[in-house]
Amino acid sequence: MSKGINWRFLLIVAFLLLSVVYITPTLVSKMPSWWTGILPKEKIHLGLDLQGGSHLIMEVDTPKAVEGALDLIATDLEDSLAAQTLRFKRIAREGGDKVKMTLYDKATAETVQAIIKKKYPEMDLLPQFEEGGFTVIQLKMNEKVASDRKDKSVSQALETIRNRIDQFGVSEPIIAREGLTNIVVQLPGIKDPKRAIELIGKTARLEFKLVDENVNAALATPGSIPEDDELLMEKRTDQTTGAVTETPLVVKKKAIITGDLLTDAQVRIDSQFNQPYVSIEFNSTGARLFDQITAANVGKRFAVVLDSTIYSAPVIRERISGGSAQISGSFTDKDAADLSIVLRAGSLPAPVKIIQNVTVGPSLGQDSIRKGLMAGAIGVLLVVIFMAVYYKVCGLVANYGMVLNILFLMGALAALGATLTLPGIAAIVLLVGISVDSNVLIFERIREELRLGKPPIAAVDAGYDKAFLTIMDSHVTTLITAAVLFQFGTGPVKGFAVSLSLGIIINLFSSLVATKVVFDFALSRMNVKRLSI
Amino acid sequence: MELIGKTNIDFIGMRKVSFIISSIISIIGLFGMIQMGRGAANMGIDFSGGTAVQLKFTQPVGIDKAREALAKHGLKEASLQDIKESNKLLIKVGKTTLATGKVADTIEDAFKKEFAGNQFVVESSTEIGPSVGDKLRKDTLTAIIISLIGIIIYIAWRFDFKFGVGATIATIHDVLAMFAVFYLLNKEINLLFITAVLTIAGYSLTDTVVVFDRIRENLHKNLKETMHNVFNKSINEVLSRTIVTSLTAFLAAISLLLFGGEVIHDFAFALVIGIAVATYSSVFVASPIVSLWEERGIKAKA
Repeated sequence: MSKGINWRFLLIVAFLLLSVVYITPTLVSKMPSWWTGILPKEKIHLGLDLQGGSHLIMEVDTPKAVEGALDLIATDLEDSLAAQTLRFKRIAREGGDKVKMTLYDKATAETVQAIIKKKYPEMDLLPQFEEGGFTVIQLKMNEKVASDRKDKSVSQALETIRNRIDQFGVSEPIIAREGLTNIVVQLPGIKDPKRAIELIGKTARLEFKLVDENVNAALATPGSIPEDDELLMEKRTDQTTGAVTETPLVVKKKAIITGDLLTDAQVRIDSQFNQPYVSIEFNSTGARLFDQITAANVGKRFAVVLDSTIYSAPVIRERISGGSAQISGSFTDKDAADLSIVLRAGSLPAPVKIIQNVTVGPSLGQDSIRKGLMAGAIGVLLVVIFMAVYYKVCGLVANYGMVLNILFLMGALAALGATLTLPGIAAIVLLVGISVDSNVLIFERIREELRLGKPPIAAVDAGYDKAFLTIMDSHVTTLITAAVLFQFGTGPVKGFAVSLSLGIIINLFSSLVATKVVFDFALSRMNVKRLSI
Repeated sequence: MELIGKTNIDFIGMRKVSFIISSIISIIGLFGMIQMGRGAANMGIDFSGGTAVQLKFTQPVGIDKAREALAKHGLKEASLQDIKESNKLLIKVGKTTLATGKVADTIEDAFKKEFAGNQFVVESSTEIGPSVGDKLRKDTLTAIIISLIGIIIYIAWRFDFKFGVGATIATIHDVLAMFAVFYLLNKEINLLFITAVLTIAGYSLTDTVVVFDRIRENLHKNLKETMHNVFNKSINEVLSRTIVTSLTAFLAAISLLLFGGEVIHDFAFALVIGIAVATYSSVFVASPIVSLWEERGIKAKA
């Protein structure tokens, strides 16, 4: 069975070269320019548990997106009815899927129904009814439209989050959708995870609202204020002590301008007080609205509200044309920078909640790599010594197969751009032990055949043949569990499954083909008469 | 070199003792699994939901003092674990009244205030919402069931029925034994442990298959011998390779356990236990079950 020895050697050398070529970019930090042109640049990525970073799962509160859409419809209907001088008592969202319109008489109701049918054909119009002398029309958003809206809100939130992360500056982030409502965000190597999480999770709904000066805010409670008003807090942080003070303010519920009309937001420094503020630019619609409203409300105050918290509530001193305004407050430089990022990236269509946050500091990751490599080196050493002592020269052949196994595996991981995690390293270490098992089975068979008095060549062939099925069995069952782990596992566990299954497959080649060729070569070409086993 | 020469041990004759031992281990494992299902065991926060923070201090911190400090800030129920070599403290908090996302901050603030002179860095911080834990528990259960079914189907295809049952029981035995050890030592049941369990479930068959292959081979060769003798002879013939294959995997796992660091310490421990149990079960569980069954079959026919 000496045929094809050259070919088999050639194949092994080719695989070896390929592996080395693929591993090199991972080991060498700066590649020479002649390399990057044609040769692979792909590196083995390190998982977040090794290089440090944050893995977040966020849940988008999708029902809130539907509510937001209904609120918009309610406001829009208010405006169109007002424009056509139709009188109504109240138009507002009702529960999570309806808009309720309370009208004074049936005649108006008929006109309104016609308007609704024309403007919102996709909404279901519920039968109208009488309630306390008023006529009530209810608009219902049906399941399909609502689930479309929810779906869109998640993809929109994903885009916004991607935008914010890009502007914040994280290298190689992963932002992906998971299931119906979740978004997975991975931020490798991030220095200040808390700040990043705050920035990503902020809804960032910017609204300008007029302050209702007729109500005494200090005495107001949510129940005592007019129905179209709301009670919000103005937060101020003392720069030197860090103490937060809250002042209540009563503002109109309806926003006069929202953040949707922004085109830009930049951090500026106030030259007088050396204080950072955020300067914003409106688009043409926003600029026109801002111009009109400031002109109509000179002397009154308007509140700059972000996510239901008032940043500042300046007095309108004069009409503001030109479409720019500024948001000042008690900011630090970082606060102002983050605020400008979220304003530029836009608001989230619905609030998000962080349901999982796994953050690993860079020091622990470094420590894990060091210890993982250490354990690997010692594992290799122990196995190598044991095999050499137990099987002598044949043990060395098994060791060479094991080293090939590990090298090929690293090459494959790099070629696939796979992610190496700490359990992945553990899988490789474990593989060192499992890898030589195939050869142990073969060698024990060879010893048996030799005891039966067979010549070395026949004993080796019989050993490889008879051990083959057993080796396949153990490999297939290990592969089954590795595949399941890959399917169900996340992050680190997936890394384990990838390393283990690739390693097991490669082991078939390294322990069967790569070691056999050495025996064939020694026995048939070099005329070795006795096996050292 | 040979570790053990030719042996002639009556493994099958020891089945009464080994079955009793294995039954006890399996019952404990089963009990442990039920307790875990009820949440009464030491579940990792990836399954139960909660917060885990690992801090590295510049000076040693007394675990009692740390507990006091946390209690002062409303985290009485926190469980603490110190990693001795390097002033590290692992703080785990299950479900609390505090909102998700607030617990880690509270822990950091508590230590900043109460241990003002002792600086620390946050090495890792994990917060898992209850919904994530629930989903992971369900996914994990599915994963275990699918892997076992996959293995059973493969064995059923490769071996005849009795051998298939023997191998399957041995695999389940190994899984239960790992649960038993972790339950008795009150070690944390987390995703990495489950990973180790599934890995061993796949690996444990290696040894069993080696023994079974030999039994089948010998059954064809020695038609006149008693079942008892054929089984014993086969196990003795392959004993050295059963031990050597386990030993090499064991060497790798033990170096992970001793030098791999705290993050995978328990994972490596589970592997070490699993490899040891898998070796035992291939000799003392899988083969005796099949031999018992075969002998009964012969008696029934006679």
